[in-house]
Amino acid sequence: MDKTIGQATISVDQEGYLTDLSQWNKEIATEIAKEQGIEMTDKHWEIIDYIQEKYKNEEPLSIRGIKKSGVINIKEFYALFPGGPLKKATMIAGIPKPKSCI
Amino acid sequence: MSDTKVKKMLFILSKATLENVYAAFVMANGARMEGIESEIFFTFFGLEAIQKKKLEHLHVATVGNPAMHMPTMLGGLPGVEALASNMMKKEMDKLDMPPVGEFLEILSDSGCKLWACKLAVDMFHLEEKDLIDDLDGILTIGDFYSRADQDGTQLLFI
Repeated sequence: MDKTIGQATISVDQEGYLTDLSQWNKEIATEIAKEQGIEMTDKHWEIIDYIQEKYKNEEPLSIRGIKKSGVINIKEFYALFPGGPLKKATMIAGIPKPKSCI
Repeated sequence: MSDTKVKKMLFILSKATLENVYAAFVMANGARMEGIESEIFFTFFGLEAIQKKKLEHLHVATVGNPAMHMPTMLGGLPGVEALASNMMKKEMDKLDMPPVGEFLEILSDSGCKLWACKLAVDMFHLEEKDLIDDLDGILTIGDFYSRADQDGTQLLFI
């Protein structure tokens, strides 16, 4: 389904995840973050970059991976994206929700 | 973010077999990942999962476990339990499931509270130094019930 953010129209799935990463840009990400109650900072963008990189390399995302990432530790990750960090971060990053149970 | 009515999950882990420990850990971590609060109360044999010297040596049950599809007499032979446990640990590693010690760190860092049961700690003559550093404390069951302090709290015995 389509969703309008500012001037742009993006296609998202039922939960609000972008279905086409090529439609993603920082303005859209900032708006999605706001909807999730998150004000983006440099540290947030660093995580988004990391997550998009993993996705492009087809590496699965997990909380264990975050621990080993060297970009951020788990405590900070939960603090930056409160209430479901990986779900929120992937939504802001414009990639599908991770399917892993861990 | 999620629409679930579950706001807080309290787990009581009373067993030290790998399958039970991981069930509790995966569910407690999964709750945190969904923005749900979670806490684990380790009691009786569950305490093995938070004892520094024992936590990396947990086993699956090969005896009295029909799902192992192994004759009970065979499951009781020396080394069989260790072999089955190692095989399971390898399979879990393939799925990127962390070992017990690392999983406890992840849980603690994720904000999952880890508690030891006072009665069981006394019964097994354990001291705080025997238990993991990330432990949040030693509680009575009454203390643990008082952690169920909000609507949408669920309590699960494993």
